[in-house]
Amino acid sequence: MFHNGKELLQRCEENSMPIWDVMLHYEMQMSPRSKEEIWKMLDERLQVMFDSVDSAIQNPELSPSGMVGKSTPLLAAAVRDYKKMEKELLLNEACIRAMLGAVATGENNARMGVILAFPTAGAAGVLPGVIYGAKHKLDLTRDQMVQMMLTASAIGIVIANTATLSGAAGGCQAEVGSATAMAAAALTEVRGKSPETTLHAAALALKNMIGLACDPIGGLVEVPCIKRNGIGAVFAMSASDMAYLGVESFVPFDEVVRAMREVGDLMSPKIRETALGGLAMTPTGQAVAERMGLLHIGENPCSK
Amino acid sequence: MSTFSLFDIAGPIMVGPSSSHTAGAAKIGQFARAIFDATPTKVHFLLHGSFGEVYKGHATDRALLGGVMKFAPNDARIKTAFELAREKGLDYVFEPGNLGAQHHPNTVRITLECEDRKMEIIGSSIGGGNIVMTQINGFDVHLTGNSAEQYFTLVVENENRPGMLAKVTGFLGDKDIRIVNMQSCYLAFENKVLSVLSIETPLTLTDLLDLEKVEGILFARSLSKIAA
Repeated sequence: MFHNGKELLQRCEENSMPIWDVMLHYEMQMSPRSKEEIWKMLDERLQVMFDSVDSAIQNPELSPSGMVGKSTPLLAAAVRDYKKMEKELLLNEACIRAMLGAVATGENNARMGVILAFPTAGAAGVLPGVIYGAKHKLDLTRDQMVQMMLTASAIGIVIANTATLSGAAGGCQAEVGSATAMAAAALTEVRGKSPETTLHAAALALKNMIGLACDPIGGLVEVPCIKRNGIGAVFAMSASDMAYLGVESFVPFDEVVRAMREVGDLMSPKIRETALGGLAMTPTGQAVAERMGLLHIGENPCSK
Repeated sequence: MSTFSLFDIAGPIMVGPSSSHTAGAAKIGQFARAIFDATPTKVHFLLHGSFGEVYKGHATDRALLGGVMKFAPNDARIKTAFELAREKGLDYVFEPGNLGAQHHPNTVRITLECEDRKMEIIGSSIGGGNIVMTQINGFDVHLTGNSAEQYFTLVVENENRPGMLAKVTGFLGDKDIRIVNMQSCYLAFENKVLSVLSIETPLTLTDLLDLEKVEGILFARSLSKIAA
């Protein structure tokens, strides 16, 4: 068992295991499910992530609010024609693919498609984004992608234990912020780096997201959530590359998670999923909320 | 300190967009349908609090209606619940209203009707896809559920006589199925006992039918995918 990053590293050291394997054994201890059953459940969830991305690419559709649904085709076109566009675009193909995977997942969620909430519905794009993005570049096998899900989940459990994964409790830093930390760790470990380096990647990613408000227009999981997942996936890749090159987080991962929680506690409820502050209160945001009949969402203390 | 499972983080698989307003709503609908134990021809939803205010934007209406048609929170058919209900001849009405301050803001009162019966059930979606059923035909109950498919939900109703729960748990034990959680409540108006069990592996359709054959068991329903 482990509750925080320090204990996670101890378990890795004691058992000479990578984080993903410690996570797998943690789950085997928690439930009487066999290794094979757990692996099969993860593999099914990996397929849900891919199906969700493919579904939005093959059948793009506006969400009922009309705010989102147009980005997937644009990013999909860039991936399809990457060779032609390479000279104009700043990011490499893996990054563009990661943005596509993340945004497609979010747009599929908004139009009532089936998604994997990993770790939440609002932050569900980052993990499929980085897996979809890195798959070709790193030539990942199916088993390696399942290992990435395990590494990411270990980071998610540490954050859930120490802070929160809920936007209503901790703002978006707890949702997309946590997802980028999970994704950065997954990308780092799957490239063969040590558990220590993997936690540095998670810390670098989470530090970058500290303070992020949860201010969705009309309380819908659309704006800014979906494109934030897309850019979050690229953040995760940056943090992972930094750690891969040996850059360390000056503040250890556990302390970063505690700081994230403290910042969440300091946040006004207006920017914790109530749609009473930030982007939700812009004239553009208010116009959409009024049109959708969602103006009063924040007045209800439990609608967060 | 709560102990999180791997699948609390990597899951649930759900129809978007919201765990509390969509996935939880579908689960409440599923519960109501299981407890009603008949095919409804009419269903009325009184949407209380936040449910009444934002149900359109979060597709709470389609999710509730889909649940009443037995769709699980990860069933893609939720998206077309209105069309499917019309095809099935199920009349539905959604009405925002106020059930009183004692209820959680994400609460719905579902009134199900068929030719010879009518039932009122109240349930709340309390966050992250977790739900609680709080009233059946005016009687207070407390039955909880989760829209995640990590465990499998079994709803069993039996006659109010001694030894019935032992029969249910014994049946599951014989099938080598572990029970993760179990809650029972006495339904005074019908002199019956309703139980909700979370089990670790799914039952097959044959198992469910066998369980219903046990003397004193009135019905057994799975709210999760059944085993092949």
